[in-house]
Amino acid sequence: MSDALTLKKAILANRKRTNNFALALCMVAMMIGMFFLLWILSILFIKGFSSVNWAMFTASTPAAGTAGGGLQNAIVGSLLMVGSCTLISTPIGVLAGIYLSEYGNKSRIAPITRFVTDIMLSAPSIVIGLFVYALVVAQAQHFSGWAGSMALTLIAIPVVVRTTENMLQLVPGSLREAGYALGAPKWKVSLMIVLRAAKSGVMTGVLLALARVSGETAPLLFTALNNQFYSMNMNAPIANLPVVIFQFAMSPYDNWVGLAWAGALLITLGVLSLNILARVFFRDKNKG
Amino acid sequence: MIASSSSQKSSIRNDKTSKVQRIQDGAFLVVSQLSALVVLIVLLGIIISLIINALPALKEFGVGFFFSADWDVNKQKFGGLISIYGTLVSSFIALIIATPLSFGIALFLTEICPIRLRRPLGIAVELLAAVPSIIYGMFGLFVFAPFFAEHIEPALSSTLGKLPYIGVLFSGAPNGIGMLCAGLILALMILPFIAAVMRDVFDIVPPVLKESAYGLGCTTWEVARHIILPYTKAGVVGGIMLGLGRALGETMAVTFVIGNAQRILPSLFAPGSSIASTLANQFGEAEPGLHFSSLFALGLALFVITVTILSLAKLMLKQMEKKQGTKS
Amino acid sequence: MAIKLDIKTDEKSNFTASRLNSSTNALEIRDLNFYYGGYHALKNISFDIAHRQVTAFIGPSGCGKSTLLRTLNRMYDLYPNQVATGEINFHGENILNPKQDLNLLRSRIGMVFQKPTPFPMSIYENIAFGVRLYEKLSKAEMDDRVEWALSKAAIWTEVKDKLNQSGLSLSGGQQQRLCIARVIANKPDILLLDEPTSALDPISTGKIEELIHHLKEEYTIAIVTHNMQQAARCSDFTAYMYLGELIEFGITDEIFIKPQRKETEDYITGRFG
Repeated sequence: MSDALTLKKAILANRKRTNNFALALCMVAMMIGMFFLLWILSILFIKGFSSVNWAMFTASTPAAGTAGGGLQNAIVGSLLMVGSCTLISTPIGVLAGIYLSEYGNKSRIAPITRFVTDIMLSAPSIVIGLFVYALVVAQAQHFSGWAGSMALTLIAIPVVVRTTENMLQLVPGSLREAGYALGAPKWKVSLMIVLRAAKSGVMTGVLLALARVSGETAPLLFTALNNQFYSMNMNAPIANLPVVIFQFAMSPYDNWVGLAWAGALLITLGVLSLNILARVFFRDKNKG
Repeated sequence: MIASSSSQKSSIRNDKTSKVQRIQDGAFLVVSQLSALVVLIVLLGIIISLIINALPALKEFGVGFFFSADWDVNKQKFGGLISIYGTLVSSFIALIIATPLSFGIALFLTEICPIRLRRPLGIAVELLAAVPSIIYGMFGLFVFAPFFAEHIEPALSSTLGKLPYIGVLFSGAPNGIGMLCAGLILALMILPFIAAVMRDVFDIVPPVLKESAYGLGCTTWEVARHIILPYTKAGVVGGIMLGLGRALGETMAVTFVIGNAQRILPSLFAPGSSIASTLANQFGEAEPGLHFSSLFALGLALFVITVTILSLAKLMLKQMEKKQGTKS
Repeated sequence: MAIKLDIKTDEKSNFTASRLNSSTNALEIRDLNFYYGGYHALKNISFDIAHRQVTAFIGPSGCGKSTLLRTLNRMYDLYPNQVATGEINFHGENILNPKQDLNLLRSRIGMVFQKPTPFPMSIYENIAFGVRLYEKLSKAEMDDRVEWALSKAAIWTEVKDKLNQSGLSLSGGQQQRLCIARVIANKPDILLLDEPTSALDPISTGKIEELIHHLKEEYTIAIVTHNMQQAARCSDFTAYMYLGELIEFGITDEIFIKPQRKETEDYITGRFG
């Protein structure tokens, strides 16, 4: 009897040791993840802030070998492209999300669209750059802000579609029925009742899409290209933060590298605050 | 029979209104359907435009394009093997490193972490996923690669490098920049993606199932190993493949640290190229002609590989969603 | 039987003669069958819903009473694989006719749901939303209509100072009366109430029942309820359903005092269900 018990205890001790070891490894994995997040962010803050100054917002990117300079043209170009991308991708993405959610159960193309949307969410953005190059830049014979904006739009749409659909699915069916029961047509029920009920969730999707495209670099390399000078002409090559960061970081000039860090900090702060803003939006909705 | 005159009148007016509404409804359906079609059209457009532009190179070099390691702009000879090799190897390294780490993180977040820390740590992981890839690239180039060359690569070559067969992988000059470094930075990038998917599928496991295992006297690890993992197998593999899909197509993080050399060397310390980095570096300067078309052929290869991987990932995650009984 | 006490027998019997007159039917249901995919949910239902009377549908859960209500405004049409056959005549037209304009039909046969469903807009807009669908009113006319509907639903005094607040800010009982007001504002012929008080506390329930009593002077009402006392208190006619069949239909007093069928008696006396 006592022998059996000792044996049991020995086995249990062994199992517990395995358990503790495995759990410790999990904790180490978490710590490695957090360590790199903190490492990246602290490097970014240290190097970024040491290069940030007022000139960054008032001067344009410097020519090779010239001292000083700023990122004004790149900031403006990025805002223009991301802004127009948001204006175009939001209505298309929201309408497509409405289609999938409200007409999806009776439609044959909806499941295919849903699948393709999921694929496009993770598709290589550089290939989207190639596509827009072939479609717009090669035809127009010049790079342009519009081409860059279009590439960003194609990346943003799947994000908006997917979140919109998910958020609309959370709206209780009885609310739709109540709308139909008054004799309201489908488009009014969809836009004025369902979409309105899911407003903050849809906003979350738009913000996440905005965050996603703000840091996109690869598709802009072949579409918007870059421009050393201040320009608001979307029909011509236009400066933008990601491409400037890429070119300056790879350069041998110290002030360029410094500006690249400052730009990187700016972008990361923007993207992370958009992410946090999106979370706050969604949380408010869940509370109400 | 009981229709009063007033409701008769209102029904005539309503008839007109409802006709207008039917037209508006039809228009709304068409507009929203077209918006949904945009996604499909873009996918088709990408495939068609890649094929059309890749055609000259594929005609010139045939299927051999994908198996030839020649990439010489001056001689106008192009083959995609170097870039394809670099893409696959760097992604493979990333996957080997990121998979166990994300599994640990996901398990930590769902089973071990105190409830109060769960949300903030979950958000931290999601923020890691939100950091733009160009930041990973810069971090890799300026901070990680020098550190890697100075401390880790010498250590690796003096230990693993001495082993037979695999030793050659860890030989050569410690440059920092190279295939292994690219793989590590990629691992760091896809880590939060995989961890987030795994955490979500772990959350699907019905609490009753876990509780009954704990009721038998199982330890946390045993529950994870024998209950959670088998139950979520399809979702876990789907998450890993989603990460792989991201790694294959990642451009900026890789371009900064892979070294951009057009050759294949056995050592993982040596610089190489991936499809995405070759595109990022050469497309801007490519002259129309074979070079240009070869780059499109590389893009086509990349797109086909990633879409296949992502489709498989999606199908596996779909199985998981069926288990959950709800669509998401 | 306690239920009997709730019924003012003499007052009701005055109506009986006119009630049974077939020319005052708001809806005539003939051989109605309903299928959820392969499941036969309603079997050969035939009866009439009388003009400006309250008809209650009772029966155990899953008996098809809500399904029946949802065929009357074709709410089921929103979902795939749900089919109804037979006839439901409304103003001499069969509403099951595929050519029937559903929006128009639903604007004339209003519905209130189990849980309150205020739209995510202001109290005023909740009412105005439905009215604007079919009528073009001036601001003053609309104000009048909103006040009229809210008064009819006995909620005007409670909300008149906060018409611009969200409908979601009201209590559950108030939300339900807002939903009733929203339906009334459309001036429908018929009101369908699907367990309108099952999510409410007793006081709110009492208010809604009182409201039903007033509303039947101008509207035909069909109500689904799982609460037998409520059926006895509020309705003039009762339909008892079981497993998709109409077991018994008749004047409420008679059904509750001396049901013709054993099953009905078992159910209303609580021996079953």
